[in-house]
Amino acid sequence: MSKLFMFEKPLGMRDTLPFLYKVKKRVRQAMTNEIEQWGYEFIETPTLEYYETVGSASAIADHRLFKLLDQQGHTLVLRPDMTAPIARLAASRLYQNGNPLRLAYHANVFRAQQREGGRPAEFEQIGVECIGDGTVTADAEVIRLMIAALEQTGLQRFTVAVGHIGYVNALFLEILGNEERANVLRRFLYEKNYVGYRNHVKSLPLSSIDQQRLLKLLDLRGDDTVLSSARELVHTEEGINAVEELSALWHALRLFGVADTVKMDMTLVSHMSYYTGILFEVYADGVGFPLGNGGRYDELLEKFSCKAPATGFSIRLDRLIEALQEMDVEENIECIIFSQERFAEAIQLANEKRREGKKVVLQHIAGIRDIDAYSKRYEPITYLLGSNGREE
Amino acid sequence: MLTIAMPKGRIFEEALELLRKAGYALPPEFAESRKLMIDVPEEGMRFILAKPMDVVTYVEHGVADLGIAGKDVLLEEERDVYELLDLHISKCHLAVAGLPNSRLNDIAPRVATKYPNIASSYFREQGEQVEIIPLNGSIELAPLIGLADRIVDIVSTGRTLKENGLVEFEKISDVTSRLIVNPVSYRMKDDKIDEMVERLSAVITNEEDES
Repeated sequence: MSKLFMFEKPLGMRDTLPFLYKVKKRVRQAMTNEIEQWGYEFIETPTLEYYETVGSASAIADHRLFKLLDQQGHTLVLRPDMTAPIARLAASRLYQNGNPLRLAYHANVFRAQQREGGRPAEFEQIGVECIGDGTVTADAEVIRLMIAALEQTGLQRFTVAVGHIGYVNALFLEILGNEERANVLRRFLYEKNYVGYRNHVKSLPLSSIDQQRLLKLLDLRGDDTVLSSARELVHTEEGINAVEELSALWHALRLFGVADTVKMDMTLVSHMSYYTGILFEVYADGVGFPLGNGGRYDELLEKFSCKAPATGFSIRLDRLIEALQEMDVEENIECIIFSQERFAEAIQLANEKRREGKKVVLQHIAGIRDIDAYSKRYEPITYLLGSNGREE
Repeated sequence: MLTIAMPKGRIFEEALELLRKAGYALPPEFAESRKLMIDVPEEGMRFILAKPMDVVTYVEHGVADLGIAGKDVLLEEERDVYELLDLHISKCHLAVAGLPNSRLNDIAPRVATKYPNIASSYFREQGEQVEIIPLNGSIELAPLIGLADRIVDIVSTGRTLKENGLVEFEKISDVTSRLIVNPVSYRMKDDKIDEMVERLSAVITNEEDES
């Protein structure tokens, strides 16, 4: 590696300058206010966790973890998501009597990037986890809250795609007979390779009816009418239950008044093994990547020796801001430029203005090199110079 | 509006023909233009012309909703896009080739290719440890001049190999052009995209039946 420039940062790490900081703060506040209004309580967890515990329980692939060693030789990870640390915390401390627990976070997470080195390797996520509630209303609440929080930021056009991994698994298992074969097919969906999926299905020694059932899965996208077609494809209890859960979810989302924002998508496979039931992704116009995702992960807490159902969502703040586009965070900062003789007067004036809620810079004239350039940054500017009264 | 990234060159012509057969009214002088961005307002479409390897990048970033890309590029780049449809055009295959009766050098086994990812995972799966030498074109030169014992490249008619005195040893995978879609566009513009997929697959099934 060539010698580093002194201003360089590790790949994928970024500074946040004042303008972006203000935008982030406004968007974060809009979301966290809404989340708090739904009774979710914010928590913080450490940036570093053990690789063996949180690192391996996380949904993020191993090669994307930042790993390091502590002084005792334990492998540590920079937290790649917040769900696993919250599961750890809930399992060990907060989740006690089996009643639902509603937690929320906004925190930076870390994911090493393989390709196009400049992509953010550290970014902020805002999200919630609803732990201990296995009902469909919990799934619906999490989706509704995500939509509400996004609306609060001013986001205009966005869509939530909802699927059910239990349905995909049940259909595959029913037709293919074993996990191994189901896994091959599931991977095609996960990799979004529909051509490969179709070719693989056609190559399987199945009846043409069964092949058609598997191919039909790819068309199961749209409004709730999809659910009746989905129901026709499955005969096992697991498959039927999954469709019924989605019907109940749709009903709940209608009661919440957000069914228009949601589309059913039975092909959605966001992860090979992490999710256990209803899962979703959210997309907005103008950004090529999902803003966030979520779903039910009923097996995660078990890894921390505590069996409990759970569901949640997380939104990537950087992508959300990209989707928002409008950036009117212009806020006025006033300035008082004073000379030594009128220091006391300047302090008093600044105090008054700050009490009124204004942002005020107090600047000694002797500290300024280029008064023209400096005075352009602030509005209005009050000059308290010389010994005679006020001058403008 | 749908933005479609198209690879320049041979695939572009074939893809245009396919779209016309699917009933999209595209202007006849289309292919001769040197513009990189062509709007067809009557169909609510915009075409952007890119290097074949770059089509997947435009689509992954969502600046193009759809794209037409060879399976070779998809295998090499492994981008997060939906591979919706096999268009059955620009058929060829990826293969390992070299000089006749030659073998991989035991001491310094080298493979030259435009597809370093495909080549390295192919040889890794074979249990062979090789050095991959990335080249940007005229791959056939590598064995002739002694840069590498093997090349990994796409072969359509096999003429280029033959004229340079090379033979094909193993086939890695079949290649055709695919319709790819950005995951967000797939959800936000699903009506239009589903319609295009339907119209295109009707044409493709027809042609497959005839051939």
